[in-house]
Amino acid sequence: MMLLNCPWCGARDEWEFVCGGTSHIARPALTASDAAWGEYLFFRDNPKGLHRERWRHAHGCGQWFNVVRHTVTHQVVSVYAMGEAQPAAGKAPT
Amino acid sequence: MSYSALALLRGALTRHRHWQPAWASPEPRASYDVVIVGGGGHGLATAYYLARNHRLTSVAVIERGWLGGGNTGRNTTVVRSNYLFPESARLYDFSLKLYEGLSRELNFNVMLSQRGHVMLAHSRHDLESMSRWVNTMHMHGIDAELLSAEQVGALVPALELSPQARLPVLGGFRQPRAGTARHDAVAWGYARAASRLGVDIIQECEVTGFVRGAEGRVTGVETTRGRIRAERVAIAAAGHSSVLAALAGLRLPVTSYALQAMVTEPVKPRLDSVVISPGTGVYVSQSDKGEMVIGGSLDLFASYAQRGSFAVMQSVLAGTLAMFPSFSRLRLMRQWAGIVDVVHDSSPVIGPTPIPGLYINCGWGTGGFKAIPAGGWTLAHVLATGRNHELAEPFQLERFTSGRFVDEAAAAGIAH
Repeated sequence: MMLLNCPWCGARDEWEFVCGGTSHIARPALTASDAAWGEYLFFRDNPKGLHRERWRHAHGCGQWFNVVRHTVTHQVVSVYAMGEAQPAAGKAPT
Repeated sequence: MSYSALALLRGALTRHRHWQPAWASPEPRASYDVVIVGGGGHGLATAYYLARNHRLTSVAVIERGWLGGGNTGRNTTVVRSNYLFPESARLYDFSLKLYEGLSRELNFNVMLSQRGHVMLAHSRHDLESMSRWVNTMHMHGIDAELLSAEQVGALVPALELSPQARLPVLGGFRQPRAGTARHDAVAWGYARAASRLGVDIIQECEVTGFVRGAEGRVTGVETTRGRIRAERVAIAAAGHSSVLAALAGLRLPVTSYALQAMVTEPVKPRLDSVVISPGTGVYVSQSDKGEMVIGGSLDLFASYAQRGSFAVMQSVLAGTLAMFPSFSRLRLMRQWAGIVDVVHDSSPVIGPTPIPGLYINCGWGTGGFKAIPAGGWTLAHVLATGRNHELAEPFQLERFTSGRFVDEAAAAGIAH
């Protein structure tokens, strides 16, 4: 069971949250090619390691926030607000 | 040595001392025509069909761990071809037909049990969409039958059938030819048959990079046991496809999730169909050993952990008990997860990549086991001939640019 730290409500268990997938994906310009749109919509880094992703406290305050989480250990490394610059990559916790 | 009743009898009379390892474990050679990365069902089947259908035997299967230790050994063993779209129906029914002849073909008992797969209907909408589904399957020449609530009750008496149930059963539909197969045997059977045809099976050998030639062409792999050159390299690594593709500088339209499964303690025969509820996303069958084998929805966040979250396990078990209240006293013996490669339309990718010399078989998501024979057959075809197999033609990477999806997210049978 993961414990996620909602910036507004504090630590709550995984049950209360919904994961919204990878953060910081920039939408291309409307004039972008089909390949660029396909890349934007479907292609992902899908890292085995630290992953920046969005979560929503769906069964709580309803707010979105960003999480840096390790996809093997599920350890949450940091939590930061939507719109905030992404933190430096950092090292994977061991 | 062929396996037969006679060989067993001979073993019984000679203290079973004549058995040999089922496949050879040679040292990797310096080069091959084809190197397949991933020694699960799809990789091993690809190697077998390269040798059998195309007479290509300079082939190596390279596996980081042990054969079938990934999703091939972690699934719930269900095989079926109840898909909605013609492209998928053709591919998955071809696979089921290969499964039907597989034990004989490989001289290895994969214990295919065509016990039937029942999908429950909980609403009028379910009934209507299932009647469309059954008609579509008939048009594709695939067996399917609509069931009334009484017929479901007769087939699966253990189900909660009262009108007061949380999810009342109003009917359903069944694919009689669907069922289960022994997953380990599928990996081992293909490995043994491929090895007998001259394929090298190399375990405990991790690919750490790709050897690149002129114009970025992939000309081999770097491994923990040295460099292995190859004319063509194929990735068949399911949930780890993105990790391997990244070594070649390639991004895929894949997100890896944990899909968990669990088994109860073994009990006497109680359930002789595979049963799935679209309401809970839970599916249950009883193994030959008597365990109830339970699967459900994904853990819906990216993961490479090969273990499921407790929160999802709890909801899967709640769904199981809503369907089968009498299972509430069974103790759970084991729970595990496999890492599945989910793409937007829940359909596979089988074919070349934008990098010359590099091919891929991925994107099966939660349903790769049933597709092992077809995945191997069609990947072998493109590796040997340079042209996509006609069954694999709709399942190319280009669809993520063109938008020509084969959207089986609904028909795959579980919530994504």
